[in-house]
Amino acid sequence: MTQNLRVKSSEFIDETNRISFKFDGKTYYGFKGDTLASALIANNVHLVGRSFKYHRPRGIMTSGSEEPNAIVQVNPNSNITEPNARATEIEIYEGLEASSQNCWPSVNFDIGGINNFLAPLFPAGFYYKTFMWPKSFWEKYEFFIRHSAGLGKSPNARDPDIYDHRNIHCDVLVVGAGISGILAAKNAAKNNFKTLLLDEKNELGGSTIFEENENNKINHNSASEWLKKEINELKNIKNLEIKTRTSVAAYHQYNYLLARENLTDHLVKKDKKNKIRQRLLKIRAKKVILATGALERPLIFNNNDRPGIMLSSAIKKYSNFYGVACGTKNIFFTNNDSAYESALSLHNKGIKVEAIIDIRENSDAKIIKKINDAGIKIYWSHTIVDTRGYKRLSGVSIMKLSNDGTSVTGSKISISCNCLGIAGGWTPAVHLYTQSGSKLTFDEERKIFIPKADTKEQISVGSCGGDFELDEIITNLNYKLKNFLNINKTDFEGIALENDHETSRRNIWLLPSDQTIGKTKPFVDYQNDATAKDIKLALREGFRSIEHVKRYTTTGMGTDQGKLGNMHALGIIADIAGVKMGELGTTTFRPPYTPLTFGTIVGRNVGEFFDTFRRTPMNDWHINNKAEFENVGQWKRSWYYPKEDETMHQAVQRESKAARMSAGILDASTLGKIDIQGSDASEFLNRVYTNAWSKLAIGKCRYGLMLNEDGMVYDDGVTTRLDENHYIMTTTTGGAANVLGKLEDYLQTEWPELDVYLTSVTDHFATASLCGPNSKKILNKIIPDLDLSDVNFPHMSFKEVLIDKIKCRIMRISFTGELSYEINAPASYGEAIWQKCIEAGKEFNITPYGTETMHLLRAEKGFIIVGQDTDGTMTPIDLQMDWIVSKKKYDFIGKRSLYRSDTMKEDRKQLIGLLTEDPNIVLEEGAQIVSELNQKPVEMLGHVTSSYFSPNLNKSIALAVVKGGKNMMGRKLFVPMENKNISVTVANTVFYDEKNERLNA
Amino acid sequence: MFLINCPYCGERDQQEFKAGGEAHIERPKQPTELSDDEWAEYLFMRKNIKGVQFERWNHAHGCRKWFNMARDTSNDEIKAIYKMGEKPPTQ
Repeated sequence: MTQNLRVKSSEFIDETNRISFKFDGKTYYGFKGDTLASALIANNVHLVGRSFKYHRPRGIMTSGSEEPNAIVQVNPNSNITEPNARATEIEIYEGLEASSQNCWPSVNFDIGGINNFLAPLFPAGFYYKTFMWPKSFWEKYEFFIRHSAGLGKSPNARDPDIYDHRNIHCDVLVVGAGISGILAAKNAAKNNFKTLLLDEKNELGGSTIFEENENNKINHNSASEWLKKEINELKNIKNLEIKTRTSVAAYHQYNYLLARENLTDHLVKKDKKNKIRQRLLKIRAKKVILATGALERPLIFNNNDRPGIMLSSAIKKYSNFYGVACGTKNIFFTNNDSAYESALSLHNKGIKVEAIIDIRENSDAKIIKKINDAGIKIYWSHTIVDTRGYKRLSGVSIMKLSNDGTSVTGSKISISCNCLGIAGGWTPAVHLYTQSGSKLTFDEERKIFIPKADTKEQISVGSCGGDFELDEIITNLNYKLKNFLNINKTDFEGIALENDHETSRRNIWLLPSDQTIGKTKPFVDYQNDATAKDIKLALREGFRSIEHVKRYTTTGMGTDQGKLGNMHALGIIADIAGVKMGELGTTTFRPPYTPLTFGTIVGRNVGEFFDTFRRTPMNDWHINNKAEFENVGQWKRSWYYPKEDETMHQAVQRESKAARMSAGILDASTLGKIDIQGSDASEFLNRVYTNAWSKLAIGKCRYGLMLNEDGMVYDDGVTTRLDENHYIMTTTTGGAANVLGKLEDYLQTEWPELDVYLTSVTDHFATASLCGPNSKKILNKIIPDLDLSDVNFPHMSFKEVLIDKIKCRIMRISFTGELSYEINAPASYGEAIWQKCIEAGKEFNITPYGTETMHLLRAEKGFIIVGQDTDGTMTPIDLQMDWIVSKKKYDFIGKRSLYRSDTMKEDRKQLIGLLTEDPNIVLEEGAQIVSELNQKPVEMLGHVTSSYFSPNLNKSIALAVVKGGKNMMGRKLFVPMENKNISVTVANTVFYDEKNERLNA
Repeated sequence: MFLINCPYCGERDQQEFKAGGEAHIERPKQPTELSDDEWAEYLFMRKNIKGVQFERWNHAHGCRKWFNMARDTSNDEIKAIYKMGEKPPTQ
């Protein structure tokens, strides 16, 4: 392929390094330093995509991250393809493959292009209006909409790349390395501020670095030469870290910013390997200097979207920076002087400029004379009324503007061209500024939103602060920096400056055409195909709020977030509604400034690092013994231990039987443990539990129920009195952290007078729970010296013993209803004590059991599990646990709420037992319960909370919450399921050993 | 993401903290003396004002201490931070 549009050699392009790449399957060549966009233009490829709604041919419009049209699919044939990448930001490398989006079968012949001719059928709100009726048809519509909607295609394989996060703390963060950013960063660092300078591009210097306007001079040098020297000096400055290819995505409060650093996207495949692709920088800066520059505005006129129509500033960058001509016959269309600079740049390189069309009546800027000398024709007070060319611009028609700018007069002039540069003025890039929560003010004279005020923590400098001309930029920067950094002098103070000044302005948001608006297509949002017509329609239909107009027309809702056209949308609305733009305000600028990959957001937190897992000291034993695990909060708990090819059901039935027939052992290490000490410990427990604690003897254990202040059950567990002023509390596995937090809260804020200290000791102890009629014999083998008689060591009591000279705590407590001992050993000794129990229990066929069997056994006894049988709406009374609520205590957390009219209602949902008529049917947990089958609508009385097949009773059992259930004993109810109605009978919640005889068996 | 000046540890990132709702709502000393309405007032009613609001915060992943914060809810400006038991700033 010839690079017929490469017009000059550029210091930013390495012409010795030729690179091949593929676009839409075809091989092209470019040079190191090219973006995909500049390389395509050099190859005379302008048609790069189709528009979203009308499938109109679209070309490259810009040279930066604001690009709305040239968004491409990278690695289109890979299952890790990336959609919506901006061709203007992709640096080419050997082997790069990319393709157009939104077109089928190809960008040159796209079937969807028919939508362009059907455009009158697709007005703003088309989808809202059309697919609303008939309602039942939505599913059919959706199928077709889903197939034609969306930009690009998503990858369908796991992202193989590595991503990372880094926290950065700095004194001064400078965003943007144009002339203002460079001078700001240099002076901050020189004054001993730890400084970080970021820029989204791969080169420093912003737009000044490729400036060729001879009228702009610094220190009697050209501005670009002077800036290059400044950049050169940055290398030797301490305290200054510079990151290129780094785009600031978000600016949150308190100077917290998120930036995406791109590390390998520009490298060839082999250099990408094993390297971090992108890194999210989490920056907390003491001071932030925004030097984000300005974005050039397009002009809004009929058919302003054809391939070959580009921003004037982009044409300048392609020619000056990349050495590429965007067209062979160029026209510029402008409302300000900047297009003349672009035109002159082209002219000086021998690229033909046919004409400049200016909507202003005149301008007396110095550069006008140079244009006249170059023999370029200027059409003052003219506007483009239409353009020609389908896949590439071929010409424009212009007419004279009326004095008020609302219509055109005279005869139409036709000019042929293949590139049109449009220059609608400049919009300060205030996105990050507003994200930080700061307010904008509207400059009516210049039609721009600018930052309202600088603060002690943040300033906006250069064109993002509203300073566009060189002398204005440098002078204001000097003044602002001195104040902001509190320094006496900058190193550029008083430097000689020369530049042009703009004197003449004219702004027309929507340029008129000789055709009626209905017949024109003046695009405001190129990516979403929203036209000025759509905005007008929205206003006609009664939309007033600019946020509503945005959503109705989708203006500004693409991946580019309307960086180019949002101002025009506002301007058009203001003109029609007859309000001032400053009063209208703007839509919200939301992060991210440019799209982020999911990889960058999650960083290293994928796979095993997605969440932290907690494992008990006996974990290895469980793994070696083929346990299946379940997640309980962050804990990995043994769920059941299948033998050979046992199903879960078979394993649980076997384990449950063994625990009641002989002996079982459970790893209970995950239960929360809180060490409570202090002279007011007993009083504290009195206040947090529903029952009384003062009289609990040393060495005794007690079950406690903890409520929220609203009277609802919050947590439960056994607490043991170790000493006069020392208790150990156990909590549920999942509730441990919250209970500690809640208790600390009361101690610190409501009862600071109490002398109580809380320490989480969950991880300090490993707990092996021995259970079953033979558990006493097993324990006796382990500690022969300990008197295990019911007199010396009764149920609900505690002993501290030495096992292998290790201090262990043994509680005789039971969550299964069987004789049971919980051995608490120091965590490091956990696996050893577990092994000891297994060894000692061998002759009794000791059976390890997991959480599922534990749940089954406790359900046989009707013991609740907080969070399964309760859901934050159950009082102890609802749970039929009145016995644990002290009537004598004056107060405890939640007590008053138990006497509220609502909590005392008789027909609240209450916990009951359920037995199925057919003992083999096991109810589904969560199933609804009704009393009438033929009632419509049927009243839902409650639902099943726990349900199992009990091997010890040889029948199905369930716990449920049912409205007024307490008074329904023996009543027949139904559990309606998909295919059948299951008959059930309300029963006692205790199914097994109602008299608790087995505790002392 | 706020930068919060814990009165015990100094400036820390917001992710170390937990918000605990409106401050200066004292638990009634004698709940049993209260009517249902009075108890409900304590239990459920919160001001949720636009402007400077007094809030409880906990340095949950730090010193675990509770403290108070005066925060302007309209712009998230932290006006003051003070310890539990101290009076809210008058300004």
